[in-house]
Amino acid sequence: MYGGGNTFEGIKTDSLAQEDPQKLAEFEARIARGEKIEPTDWMPELYRKQLVRMIEQHAHSEIIGALPEGTWITRAPGFKRKLSLMAKVQDEVGHAQLLYSAAETLGKSREQMIDDLITGKSKYSNIFNYPAFTWADSCFISWLVDAGAIVNQLANAKGSYGPYCRALDRICAEESFHLKYGHHCVIYLASGTEKQRQMFQEALNRWWPPMMHFFGPSDKISAHTEVLMRWKVKMSTNDDQRNQFLDMYVPKIWELGFTIPDPNLKKNPETGRWDYTEPDWEEFKRVINGDGPCNKERLEVRRVAEERGQWVREALKSPSLRYVTPLA
Amino acid sequence: MNELALKELLYKIADDQLILGHRNSEWTGFGPLLEEDIAFSSMAQDKVGQSYAIYQMLNQLGEQEPDTVAFMRNANQFHNCQLVELPNGEYDFSLIRHFLYDTAEITRFDFLANSSYEPLAQLARKIKGELKYHTLHANTWIKKLGNATEESIGRLQGSLNKALPYALGIFEPSPLEQEIIASGFFAGEEVLKKQWMEKVELLLSQTQLNLPDWKTIQPVLGGRVGQHTEHLQPLLDEMSEVFRIDPSAEW
Repeated sequence: MYGGGNTFEGIKTDSLAQEDPQKLAEFEARIARGEKIEPTDWMPELYRKQLVRMIEQHAHSEIIGALPEGTWITRAPGFKRKLSLMAKVQDEVGHAQLLYSAAETLGKSREQMIDDLITGKSKYSNIFNYPAFTWADSCFISWLVDAGAIVNQLANAKGSYGPYCRALDRICAEESFHLKYGHHCVIYLASGTEKQRQMFQEALNRWWPPMMHFFGPSDKISAHTEVLMRWKVKMSTNDDQRNQFLDMYVPKIWELGFTIPDPNLKKNPETGRWDYTEPDWEEFKRVINGDGPCNKERLEVRRVAEERGQWVREALKSPSLRYVTPLA
Repeated sequence: MNELALKELLYKIADDQLILGHRNSEWTGFGPLLEEDIAFSSMAQDKVGQSYAIYQMLNQLGEQEPDTVAFMRNANQFHNCQLVELPNGEYDFSLIRHFLYDTAEITRFDFLANSSYEPLAQLARKIKGELKYHTLHANTWIKKLGNATEESIGRLQGSLNKALPYALGIFEPSPLEQEIIASGFFAGEEVLKKQWMEKVELLLSQTQLNLPDWKTIQPVLGGRVGQHTEHLQPLLDEMSEVFRIDPSAEW
């Protein structure tokens, strides 16, 4: 998990006029040739800014995303699930660590990024503003939210910024195990008791609308991102990613005998794409701007964790601290 | 072979690992640094995995399935020491507990590697390799924070004072202690405690923390015979919340 659903607000390209046109042309030619941009290479300010924003958002999504699933670690039913879920959520926190490091190569410190998260200045994937009420909700996240994230991350791994792509390669390798774990959990619910099936159906009903929001606003209404596509910052459109996700996972959900709560959902034989009820983009905007069921709780947990850990981080900076080599 | 004594030994070790593993896992997403989230989560996985392996061994000896044993017993049937069930508190308490407990555990598994019960000896040799990293982690952090700021030293000292009586409870002898020793399953709690004290003294002497005179510390006992603080039952209720919806279901 948990990237995806990056929000690209309308970007102003005015600053490009101030860039050295020759350097800009060389930069774009490199990207067009499929070369990776590295931290010390020349890059336009706008590229740097958008990448920091995107990688940071992704990193935040990992640590915030660890919260709804993390609450199920202590309640996972049985040793196998407990061990797997612990390992999975730990992976997600590890992804945040990798991603913050990737973003730091562009000049913004981890501390600053976390401050911006807590003050609400930077965003994270909107889907984590919804609650995980039951075990089945955590299974939905592990399987389908991770699946959505993989669609997004496999695309982004082919982007232009070297450190982000390399982090994503590692992340995707781990995500593939998460997907297997999540699918396995859902198969057990699907083939279990009536109560277990009902648990997952209810989770699916709750999570489908935020899952449709996950890839971001429809292309019809989303901000123009041509320059970001040209620079391989954004690799495919929101609707394309949503369609790819539906292509891959709707048949799997149906195969397990569950009902997706959208009567209009079907593959259109003429366009080869999925038709669905247009998600409620007003709700999406409302939630991403802070008014969702869990926004306050998620940020409060993060804020308290930062506050309670403050003395540890201060101590590590103390001049009287002796460096301890962690050797056996 | 005195199976009763062996089972008692195995239960208390497995219960310790499971409950502390569970507590460690509560740090996921909540650590003072991302790196510490990850470290506590790693140790949680090791500990829960170790308890699972020991419950499997008990299952071989005729006890119920590991999931049933872990998720269906009540607090008074658990034989973990009370130290491991205490809430995580602030990071300083979790770190001190981790240090005191894992210093004991690595020493315990050193002894168990020579157990007369061969399956246990084999498992202990594997577990020792994992615990090495737990003590490495604890020792590194205690030495760092125990020599850093007034606040970090003060916090660790407060938590040390609070944890020590419970830590001595790790070594509460089992009701079948003599049989355990006589059968060669384990060298016994008294021998373990002596080595543990030396290791704790040595490490703390490299910090600005003060170790009170051992004689002044009153051990908190009872965990090994099923007497627990008010914190264990809620932990178990949470742990088994989903499992108990339908214990016969496969999850």
